[in-house]
Amino acid sequence: MHPIVRTVLQRLGLGLLTLFVVSVIIFSSLQFLPGDFATSVLGQAATPETVAAFRRELGLNEPAITRYIQWIGGVLQGDFGSSFSGRSQGREREVMELIGPRLWNTLFLAGMTAIIAVPLALTLGITAALYRNSFYDRAVNATTLTTISFPEFFVAYILILVLATLWKVFPSLANVRESTELADRIYMTALPALTLTLVIVAHMMRMTRAAIINLLASPYIEMARLKGVSKSNVIIKHALPNAWAPIVNVIAFNLAYLVVGVVVVEVVFVYPGVGQLMVDAVTTRDIPVVQACALIFAATYILLNLFADIVSIVTNPRLLHPR
Amino acid sequence: MKSKSGDRTAGDLLLDMRDIRIDGFSDDIWHPIIKGVDLKLHRGEVMGLIGESGAGKSTLGKAAMGYAQPGCRITEGTIQFDGMDLRAMNDAQLRELHGSRIAYVAQSAAASFNPAHRLIDQCVEATVGHGLRPDDEAKKDARELFAALQLPDPDNIGDRYPHQVSGGQLQRAMTAMAMSSRPDLIIFDEPTTALDVTTQVEVLAAMRDIVEQFHTAAIYITHDLAVVAQMADVIKVLRYGETVEDAPARQMLKKPEEAYTRSLWAVRSLEKPQETSEDIILRVNAVDASYGSSIKVLEDVTIDIPRGSTVAVVGESGSGKSTTARVITGLLPPMKGDVLFNDEPLPLALKDRTKDQLRRIQMIYQMADTAMNPKHTVRDIIGRPLEFYLGLSGKELDGRISELLKMIELDDSFMERLPSELSGGQKQRICIARALAADPELIICDEVTSALDQIVQEGILKLLLRLQKEFNITYLFITHDIATVKAISDQIVVMFQGRVVEQGMKNDILSPPHPDYTQLLLSSVPEMDPDWLTSLLESRGETGAMSASGN
Repeated sequence: MHPIVRTVLQRLGLGLLTLFVVSVIIFSSLQFLPGDFATSVLGQAATPETVAAFRRELGLNEPAITRYIQWIGGVLQGDFGSSFSGRSQGREREVMELIGPRLWNTLFLAGMTAIIAVPLALTLGITAALYRNSFYDRAVNATTLTTISFPEFFVAYILILVLATLWKVFPSLANVRESTELADRIYMTALPALTLTLVIVAHMMRMTRAAIINLLASPYIEMARLKGVSKSNVIIKHALPNAWAPIVNVIAFNLAYLVVGVVVVEVVFVYPGVGQLMVDAVTTRDIPVVQACALIFAATYILLNLFADIVSIVTNPRLLHPR
Repeated sequence: MKSKSGDRTAGDLLLDMRDIRIDGFSDDIWHPIIKGVDLKLHRGEVMGLIGESGAGKSTLGKAAMGYAQPGCRITEGTIQFDGMDLRAMNDAQLRELHGSRIAYVAQSAAASFNPAHRLIDQCVEATVGHGLRPDDEAKKDARELFAALQLPDPDNIGDRYPHQVSGGQLQRAMTAMAMSSRPDLIIFDEPTTALDVTTQVEVLAAMRDIVEQFHTAAIYITHDLAVVAQMADVIKVLRYGETVEDAPARQMLKKPEEAYTRSLWAVRSLEKPQETSEDIILRVNAVDASYGSSIKVLEDVTIDIPRGSTVAVVGESGSGKSTTARVITGLLPPMKGDVLFNDEPLPLALKDRTKDQLRRIQMIYQMADTAMNPKHTVRDIIGRPLEFYLGLSGKELDGRISELLKMIELDDSFMERLPSELSGGQKQRICIARALAADPELIICDEVTSALDQIVQEGILKLLLRLQKEFNITYLFITHDIATVKAISDQIVVMFQGRVVEQGMKNDILSPPHPDYTQLLLSSVPEMDPDWLTSLLESRGETGAMSASGN
């Protein structure tokens, strides 16, 4: 078996194991969440009998281990259970029915941001390394540091002020619906995507620059210079191919952040993403939804890190072409 | 493509460097590295540039390309290359020359090939990049050069990545890379220093042939006189950034004018009468060892070390020399066999040994730099084993440290210095003092002089010999340098591919008849005779002994 296939399988296996551990942690920590769904739905005035009956209906009286096995068994078959909240209207709402469209929105926003931010960060990082210690380098560093230093909501409001209020370029609300056309969707999502770009670009750009500059003292870089290779080719052909591993790890980390950590930006732009859903679910003690969200977030991290590992291997000839 | 080999006549002045001064930046100030050196090179001529490290050889070599490495600047002088003033050129103009008319071969091919690209792409990069030839033609030519340099499977070896070929092959591939554009001048910057002697011979021969074949001028930088004797038509000796002596190679080898040049020769004359004793201090008994896998790194290794003598273990890299040391120290417990110390079996693993057993066997390493904690002062470094093994403290400790410093010919002023404030030779002396501090019976010296210049080497070797006489210490001396072996050993153990090929008294091992491998190893050690390589290759051509090296 080619070592890459083996490594990928190994990492996948480890990823599944991690996911299992995470599921146990999520499940057990939610047991400690203060308050009780039945009480919070029925209100303080409910009789103990009503509460008990409601708890029985939700299955909350089963021992924790039984509930875990039921839950994880369902998850393995793609069934995340039904939302607690849906019930009161007389019909059950599947968790996936709730999360599905929201997840799609979140992935759309993350994808759009990535399409802008990753190439931008790489270009800025490479050019900053090429013209290191120049005015350009300092300007890029200072600007990206500034944007990362402000809180997300601040960046978001500044962008709204400038691009939605002063110049009416983009709408300030990004309340997309399932029926929204793609073009409209892109137009409406522009401001949140720009906000997130400003937030994540610094990290990736600085790692790109640092990883390249770190290699510039290598003997093979001096060799390339002494072969008369131009400055830009020294960076792009000789330094960059050896710098992918650290860069792609930072990219993966930031992409994962785009999926799991953007609730503030969602709130500011009223964007219906998973982050907001999860926060709502926590406040209403809608345990099945919280569990599903947490599991999806964990899977996102694991998959993106797996992706980063694969890229690190593929760009390293020592691993790709063993002796 | 340029046509130039036809119309050029040997003897034209190609490179004319005058009164070159170069500054280097360190400790926040610019200080001179090269202090007014002239250098003239004619077409087709090979100049050997020799001197100790720090003499400025490399810096001068790169300056011949109009290039100052980061942290250096050329402050004065003129560099005329084929009538062009390199110092007046801008970066773009210099880049046009680099890799087309002037090529560079670096010291460590392993570090100087980009790990991310295939060999052949790197070999033709400059030629294609400068528009001298189209890609396919350059690659075809590169494959021919690979063949001319006797690389195995020349048609396909270029498709490999640097980590997939050996060091000697890489060094030859780098010569092919330099030759690809058919330059007028090649700078060889210590190209064989990192290689084993057996590999070095082949690389030297390949480089010499190809330089002759294309009538290329070359500057050959090295600290090894015997190597330069094989390559160069003229020799220039540098010291502290100044020219010591300039002369045709044969003349300089026969009759060096300057005292400094003669001192470079002198190291090789150090020799010690062999002694032995019946009292075996350490016996490695039928040891097999491996690093986790099923491949044995050592197989059935048995070595006897007589008390108070020096046993040299020789062999090329990968022959199991250092692994033997790891087995003796307990760092790598063997799979089979045992280690007897004073006729008592030592526990195989380091953690099972008593403090006293540990104290009796000490080690000195090749890289004194990395063997010392950079944040510890000399006092801490030497004092630690005194506290740990002997329980000394206070005045007693200070007194002993001072005694040890005296033993290694340094004084108390070194006490508070950090390793970064010491020269290479001083660092190695401190490491020797640290080993001595434990009052050991056996010291394992792992390539302790390989990283040092010849003159410094001589000092360290003399010190080791004196200490041996005074304290009746036994040395296990691991090295690949036969000159060192001749200088200090009583007994020799020859290792090859994890096995002991031959062992015995120095004079017996060094005099014929030899087993094949010993013969190859001994004959590969360059000698000062400029005709040595030629006659060696002739005699090997007859016997076919080259094939035994596996390179």
